[in-house]
Amino acid sequence: MNTQLSQENVVPMNGKRKTIEISGLNFFYGKTQSLTNVNLDIHEKQVTAFIGPSGCGKSTLLRTLNRMYDLYPGQRAEGSIMYRGRNILEEGQDVNMLRAKVGMVFQKPTPFPMSIYDNIAFGVRLYEDLSKGEMDERVEWALKKAALWTEVKDKLTKSGLSLSGGQQQRLCIARGVAVKPDVLLLDEPTSALDPISTSKVEELISELKQDYTIAIVTHNMQQAARCSDYTAYMYLGELVEFGETDQIFMNPARKETQDYITGRFG
Amino acid sequence: MIGEHSSKQYDNELEAIRSKVLLMGGIVETQFLDAMTCFRIGNPERADRVMREDDAVNQLEVSLDDACSHLIVRRQPAANDLRTIMATIKVITDLERIGDEATKIARTAKALHARGAVTVNHYEMVRGIANNTSDMLHDALDAFARNDGKQALQLIAQDAVIDHEFRSIMRNLITFMMEDPRTISAALDTLWVAKAIERIGDHAKNIAEYVIYVVEGKDIRHTKTAPIPDDVPAQAE
Repeated sequence: MNTQLSQENVVPMNGKRKTIEISGLNFFYGKTQSLTNVNLDIHEKQVTAFIGPSGCGKSTLLRTLNRMYDLYPGQRAEGSIMYRGRNILEEGQDVNMLRAKVGMVFQKPTPFPMSIYDNIAFGVRLYEDLSKGEMDERVEWALKKAALWTEVKDKLTKSGLSLSGGQQQRLCIARGVAVKPDVLLLDEPTSALDPISTSKVEELISELKQDYTIAIVTHNMQQAARCSDYTAYMYLGELVEFGETDQIFMNPARKETQDYITGRFG
Repeated sequence: MIGEHSSKQYDNELEAIRSKVLLMGGIVETQFLDAMTCFRIGNPERADRVMREDDAVNQLEVSLDDACSHLIVRRQPAANDLRTIMATIKVITDLERIGDEATKIARTAKALHARGAVTVNHYEMVRGIANNTSDMLHDALDAFARNDGKQALQLIAQDAVIDHEFRSIMRNLITFMMEDPRTISAALDTLWVAKAIERIGDHAKNIAEYVIYVVEGKDIRHTKTAPIPDDVPAQAE
């Protein structure tokens, strides 16, 4: 695999562009290696799901994609993650700009203790200088994208914490979308939500992929099957199998993948 | 070899479905053999038994369909489990149709012997195709029970032989009918029986195709993948 190619001139055979190309990725928590030689492409405007048992490294992999691990001492990544023609793991990359372009939503909804409006505007203010009118438009746009606007338009000044769990999670997605990223990383975004909120978030994922590249970590295999175009199965820090979701769930090439998705694991 | 699920109950449910399919397979196999015996020697009690057993086969189809839907809704099977359930749903439809064809043969045989108007050597005419079809059905069920893709591939080629035999029977019967119009009634009955046997061969071939789907994940229906007889040894290696 030629990792020197920039995003623009890589068009795979199926006609889908690659947004992120991961090659030879190793990751260490101190002396413990938790990812070993991961090679994987994340396609533009597609949903890529990461599945695997607890501790297999799927969240770790997601956290390398916007260098979230930088916030913790003793954690380091080796190899290459090409995004927009650059290896984001190299020293001297603008991590703040990277995180604006590669947004992340976590397992538990994490609204800021401020109004719904400010929850959205907060991130935007860091990167852009918008007038009041423009900001109003941006907040409305982001909340509409996150399918939350009709539910909160009359209470934008209320605290983000006053919303239900499902609404809080969609608020976080709206916050991620508001800065107009390329990529959205979702780390078990529905594991704390009830089925109705879950299906709203899943619906949202399929809406958002019209405009964004999405990578999602999930423990719920049916969710991966429902939402994603590509699925990666990971085990013990290695990528066991990666392919189109239909193929992975109908006819996986590796026995390990089959055992996991059919419940013959462990 | 495929291991066990973490959930024992899931394994039990799959195994229950599987045993029931094999039971159904056993019944239709017996139905076919009984129907052919009835055609050979004209034993009306046996024909009645074939028809009675058809009710049991129909009931099994309904209850197996139900068990498969329940398994899907409760377990959301994936990969080989999903393929097994998909194939099972189709296999039971084919088995039920085989039961129908056997019933048709039994009914025709009963009527033919009741009329006593036999002027062609009707059983000899279909003996070859009946034996081949009976072997094929047995092997198809065997391949399904053992998930044997190789055996299934060989069976698919065998269906071409049965089709050929049917065409040859038809030509023979036409000759009889042209030579002596008094044989027409019996010859037509024999032709219906031969057609029913040929259809049973088709259903056995379908079962073999589902076995390949379960084992390899490839749907070879309506494709050129199915080998012609001469190809079989090469492909089976």
